[in-house]
Amino acid sequence: MMASSYNAKEEDGHHSGAVGPGGAGTVKIKKPDNTAFKQQRLPAWQPILTAGTVLPAFFVIGLIFIPIGIGLFVTSNNIKEFEIDYTGMEESSPCYVCAHNYSWNNTTPCICLIPFVLDQPFESNVFMYYGLSNFYQNHRRYVKSRDDSQLNGDKTSLLNPSKECEPYRKSNGLSIAPCGAIANSLFNDTLELIYNFPNGTTITIPLMRKGIAWWTDKHVKFRNPGGNDNNLTTAFAGTAKPLNWGKPVYELDPSDPDNNGFINEDFIVWMRTAALPTFRKLYRIIQKKKDNMMPTLPQGNYTLNITYNYPVRSFDGQKRMILSTISWMGGKNPFLGIAYITVGSVCFFLGVVLLIIHHKYGSRNNNADIPN
Amino acid sequence: MAAKWLRMLVPWRGGWTPRGKEPRPGCAEEERHVRANDRLYNDKFSYADNRIKTSKYSILTFLPVNLFEQFQRVANAYFLVLLILQLIPEISSLSWFTTIVPLVMVLVITAVKDATDDYFRHRSDQQVNTRQSQVLIQGKLQNEKWMNVRVGDIIKLENNQFVTADLLLLSSSEPYGLCYIETAELDGENNLKVRQALTVTSDLGADIAKLAEFDGEITCEPPNNKLDRFTGTLCWRGNKHPLENEHMLLRGCVLRNTDWCFGLVVFAGPQTKLMQNCGRTTFKRTSIEKLMNTLVLWIFGFLICMGIILAIGNTIWEVKVGRAFWAYLQWGELLSNAVYSGFLTFWSYIIILNTVVPISLYVSVEVLRLGHSYFINWDRKLYYGEKDMAAEARTTTLNEELGQVEFIFSDKTGTLTQNILIFHKCSINGTTYGEVYDDFHHKVNITEKTPCVDFSFNPLSDPKFRFHDSSLVEAVKVGEACVQEFFRLLALCHTVMPEERSEGELVYQAQSPDEGALVTAARNFGFVFRARTPETITLYEIGRPVTYQLLAFLDFNNVRKRMSVIVRNPKGEIKLYCKGADTIVFERLHPSNEDLMDTTSEHLNEFAGEGLRTLALAYRELDEDVFGEWMERLQYASTVVGNREELLNELYEEVEQDLMLLGATAVEDKLQEGVPETITCLSLANIKIWVLTGDKLETAMNIGYSCNMLRDDMDEVFVISGHSSLEVARELRSAKERILGPSCAKLSSAGKSISSSSDSVFEETIIAEYALIINGHSLAHALELEVELEQVLLDVACLCKTVICCRVTPLQKAQVVELVKRHKRAVTLAIGDGANDVSMIKTAHIGVGISGQEGTQAVLASDYSFGQFRYLQRLLLVHGRWSYRRMCKFLCYFFYKNFAFTLVHFWFGFLCGFSAQTVYDQWFITLYNIVYTSLPVLAMGMFDKDVNEHFSLRYPSLYRPGQLNLLFNKRKFFTCTLHGVFTSFVLFFVPYVLCFSAVRDDGAHVSDQQAFAITIATSLVIVVSVQIGLDTDYWTAVNHFFVWGSLAMYFAILFAMHSDGLFSMFPSQFPYIGLARNALTQKSVWLVILLTTVVCIMPMLAIRFLKTDLRPSLSDKVYLLQKASRRQHPQEQSLKRVRRTSSRRSAYAFAHQQGYGELITSGRNMKFTASASTPNLSAPPSPALSPPAPVQNMSCTGWIGTWGGGGEEELGDVDSTGESPGVTDDGAGKTPTAEITA
Repeated sequence: MMASSYNAKEEDGHHSGAVGPGGAGTVKIKKPDNTAFKQQRLPAWQPILTAGTVLPAFFVIGLIFIPIGIGLFVTSNNIKEFEIDYTGMEESSPCYVCAHNYSWNNTTPCICLIPFVLDQPFESNVFMYYGLSNFYQNHRRYVKSRDDSQLNGDKTSLLNPSKECEPYRKSNGLSIAPCGAIANSLFNDTLELIYNFPNGTTITIPLMRKGIAWWTDKHVKFRNPGGNDNNLTTAFAGTAKPLNWGKPVYELDPSDPDNNGFINEDFIVWMRTAALPTFRKLYRIIQKKKDNMMPTLPQGNYTLNITYNYPVRSFDGQKRMILSTISWMGGKNPFLGIAYITVGSVCFFLGVVLLIIHHKYGSRNNNADIPN
Repeated sequence: MAAKWLRMLVPWRGGWTPRGKEPRPGCAEEERHVRANDRLYNDKFSYADNRIKTSKYSILTFLPVNLFEQFQRVANAYFLVLLILQLIPEISSLSWFTTIVPLVMVLVITAVKDATDDYFRHRSDQQVNTRQSQVLIQGKLQNEKWMNVRVGDIIKLENNQFVTADLLLLSSSEPYGLCYIETAELDGENNLKVRQALTVTSDLGADIAKLAEFDGEITCEPPNNKLDRFTGTLCWRGNKHPLENEHMLLRGCVLRNTDWCFGLVVFAGPQTKLMQNCGRTTFKRTSIEKLMNTLVLWIFGFLICMGIILAIGNTIWEVKVGRAFWAYLQWGELLSNAVYSGFLTFWSYIIILNTVVPISLYVSVEVLRLGHSYFINWDRKLYYGEKDMAAEARTTTLNEELGQVEFIFSDKTGTLTQNILIFHKCSINGTTYGEVYDDFHHKVNITEKTPCVDFSFNPLSDPKFRFHDSSLVEAVKVGEACVQEFFRLLALCHTVMPEERSEGELVYQAQSPDEGALVTAARNFGFVFRARTPETITLYEIGRPVTYQLLAFLDFNNVRKRMSVIVRNPKGEIKLYCKGADTIVFERLHPSNEDLMDTTSEHLNEFAGEGLRTLALAYRELDEDVFGEWMERLQYASTVVGNREELLNELYEEVEQDLMLLGATAVEDKLQEGVPETITCLSLANIKIWVLTGDKLETAMNIGYSCNMLRDDMDEVFVISGHSSLEVARELRSAKERILGPSCAKLSSAGKSISSSSDSVFEETIIAEYALIINGHSLAHALELEVELEQVLLDVACLCKTVICCRVTPLQKAQVVELVKRHKRAVTLAIGDGANDVSMIKTAHIGVGISGQEGTQAVLASDYSFGQFRYLQRLLLVHGRWSYRRMCKFLCYFFYKNFAFTLVHFWFGFLCGFSAQTVYDQWFITLYNIVYTSLPVLAMGMFDKDVNEHFSLRYPSLYRPGQLNLLFNKRKFFTCTLHGVFTSFVLFFVPYVLCFSAVRDDGAHVSDQQAFAITIATSLVIVVSVQIGLDTDYWTAVNHFFVWGSLAMYFAILFAMHSDGLFSMFPSQFPYIGLARNALTQKSVWLVILLTTVVCIMPMLAIRFLKTDLRPSLSDKVYLLQKASRRQHPQEQSLKRVRRTSSRRSAYAFAHQQGYGELITSGRNMKFTASASTPNLSAPPSPALSPPAPVQNMSCTGWIGTWGGGGEEELGDVDSTGESPGVTDDGAGKTPTAEITA
């Protein structure tokens, strides 16, 4: 707090060694320090909104956004996407019967076949999605109705799931694994794609069922109890299957122990709840054929073979199957490109308008009218 | 001391009052009985012991008590309720930690602050309690800790020791049982005061045995906080002796110049007057704070509206969609009712949307204010070097209001003026002295450089005294009789006490600075007042000691307006010397003086015109016989019990006749440095300055002229001094007519309730300048009798540029402030330095105390304090303006960012079935306000400034927006909330449109809820960061650090929260595992974020640019100018020096009050020590006078009144308006130290 060294720089115009009741030579202990911070003299950058800075910003943004937008739009347009609704609401739909004979406990699966035509060949890897509409996966009670500890393989949670799972927590006194509404409503349609060669032969297109979930989900977030190598049947002993499921969790993919139980990728994908009532989830990947020059999905006639298990009719839901290729920026999304072009043009236009306004009416350094 | 550090330590709220525990709560003590040396007896009453406890908590009680106190605050309680709501699983839409983390942080910060405060209090208590004192126990003096001292103990104090408790002085080392104390800690006055023991007890002396036997019993008033009053009786040996304040030594005082003294403890510890005086009761709120509270209520209303909308939505959704969805999502049976579900949703949404009023708002506002207060405390330009006094923001809650002041109520003495008086000119026998002429007989303006008269011929002269006219010295040296008599009078007729610390080093203790100035002048001109005894006055007349016998002392009072002494000079002649108000003295002159009177009168007018305080001097030679006869009557009269005053006055009147005029003195009441400039500057800032003073009309007007408040070029100066309400009403109405023109006045008086808005229209349109001067008694009529009159008064006053109220009582000062507060929605500031300003300071929105000559009472009551009036300019125009601006920008941004943050949930409600699902990660909600966005906005609120201090002072109109409340008002609030709503809309819907079918570049979908959340959250953090960047005008390193740091912090925390490690530890709390890695590596996510940011920011940028470009505010223009000027030369232009235009006014002042004379003649304050040089003491004693003569048996109240009286205010003839007459309650008066400087 000593500031006497600054006396020479006294700014308040007082003679030091002043005559006060304290007498001359009083030590000035209360004098505030002369630091930039305390005196509010911190060096600072003082930007100011002038025509010189604002208008170029608009133009620059406009000029950057428009090309980006065009690029995005073109990229998006190059992405091939095919979508087919197989809900079966109309009577003409092959799935109409299945849709109306719904029961969770049907032992005999209802199968419907929907033929469709691809006008263009799909190059490179093709991704197969299922889409649901009007399905409130983002409802709060739905979203929280899960137990991440259980899904992470925690033994105690396995046998005693979180209360958040109610009313899908216990079944007949046994705890449900996986518990909760999300797991309970696992999408269980089976989709198969059959290519009809022009010569009449058909081939079922191989669908990759692995690699559809995020790596972190599959390897960190979801784990089977007692590790993934264990015998799942014993690991899940003492638990019940979710009410709507036809088979217990350890039989989701008996063929592949790496895709069974909680780490079943279909299950993981489902468990990643969607943000909006209309959503799509990755179902399968159709890998590019390595050897021949044929496109992954040549143009032609296809049949979608649906094992119709998943009822959506009660809540006016829709089910779709989507085939899509992707680009560097992801899937088909024309809106992004359009939005960029629009925003870029608006910015540019705004820049022009502002420039005109500024030139016509703007005040450039009109200091003359500052009073006093 | 206690008071001082208490204030230092309670800067946060300042509202806490330390009070000791009452001994028996519920049954108040009515009378106190204390028996000396009898602990057993005194213990019966269980009086408080001398342990003080200013601390609030002990280690055990800290947690519960502190928490209890904290939850008494509305905000904390509100968040507690939210917390409880969140614990209900059906409602809980957020995890408990989203509320509890901020709440706990706030509670912990507050608790830590409280704990440190309390720790220091404990330590200081400890330190005080363990001080040693000498207590008489069982006939022996024993060292005891202070805390063990009890009521009834006898204590020995030594020189320079603090007084242990409130003591009854028993005896001291000084004659007559006097002792000297310094009360600086108590009331801020740093002059010595005298206390005297009762004669019966002072005989005890230092005899321990006798003291141990002393068994007097005191009956006295219960503990109270009146520092200047004490009533009680001492019962000893069957006699009763009345006790008064004069006999008391109060805790907090320091014993000075007294080797030792003994005292009996009457009040101890928390019951001492010092402790009873600690703490402040008033708690002021700023208008912004009030507005903020209103807005917060509105927001609550808004919140409830949103809740209801969403709840209804939920009910409908449940009926229409939810039921169908039951296959996947079942409710429990109880919950299957849609209405009930809506009801629950309502509460859930209240929880989610509560962040529109975040708890951090309150904390941040407090932090900002604290910071702004520190900036005031740290400002070197508010530091007053002469007194080593830095400005102090004693309240931390009012800073932004400093930027909105519209009315300043100022005291005069000590505030505008220095209360330092300088002997400037005089008129002796028809000749004026004091002017300096050059060789061509032109008047020379006196400056610092003008050569001073050399007083080296006089070894006893005061080196600080400066006088420029050497002809007066010549006249003295030549031996002009009149001149010599003139100075002799000045040296004899006064109540100054000399103190000669060493040979030739004289210090005068003067009751009023005028007197000091006059006596010092006489001293320098060779008539050195050197010593006095009750009967004699010793002068050194041009080096020769001359002793005068003081025969009678005709003291000053407000009615007499003069004082006289009757002395016998060595030659044996008896002379009466009189000085007093010119009108009074002139009435009593001998007829032969007519010519001289006219000349002198002219000179007096001249002096008055220059704003000098004048006194007329006269003498009379008295016959031995006449005097002897008069003296006899005087002695008789002074023994009369009934109408003694009257008789004495008559006698005085009788002898003060046929005076011979000597001349007149002119003393300059020096204005404080920079006062006219400050006033000009503040009025340019459209602040109205009203001067409220206890001085007389003429003095007040004079100061008005010298302060540049009144000018000759003003159109009219209305003087209201009617003595009846009718008269006052007539005067006021006519003044109003004059200003508005008759038609307007009629209009406004006819339509009684003409709205204040039209009045303000009048105000704006009045170009002519008027001034209003109103007298105290007229003010009383205007204020108290009719409400309508009050309105007229206010109208007129507001139409005038200058308002001066003179001769007002302290209470009236407060009433005037109250009047303005009540009728105008304006922020008022009261500034003063004396005890008489305390009421006004407490009443006004902002009270500023100047620590001046008059003690620190005003400072203790104030919200801000500094050393000089001129600092007000900087406090308001720089600190106030910045604080206001910062606070407004802070609030605007704060509401904006929280609306932008919270309303996203509202939009999402429509897409998630109104289920109160949050958009963001719960951790994000928890941390958004306290980590991600708090520091940048705090940095802006702390450091932001547009126009620098030089330009702020150069363009006072920059202050205007604060007064008009332009920067933050309801409209502004709507704008920024609307901005927030817009941002939230963009933030939600742009990602919504772009994301709902978005897919990663490896084909996996990213339209899941978590990725959506992270996109919006990241956009939000970026958008609000960019927005704060736009809002910040002053980017210091701290701003950069905080803004960039917050962004970095966001990403760091994001990746940490989404890391494997945390998830593996708490899988259910960190479900967002891996999200940041998966989502933020996607180009499309970043493209969406970029787009959202641009869409949010660009419109604002355009609007802002258009605003500054098309309709730049003054601050924008000045800002540009400042930038331009910095590029050129950072040249500092000071304000043009304002010179007052001289004008002739008659001024008269005798800043003086009753009281000292009797003390002098009684001689009780004389100290007969060997070292003190009192020459000619051996002179033959006066035969005519028996010592301690005429007034000795008058009560001591006068003496007390001197110290306790109401300062310079001459309140004698002002209607007593509720204040108790006599000794005023508001404590200490002036410090009777004269300072003679040039």
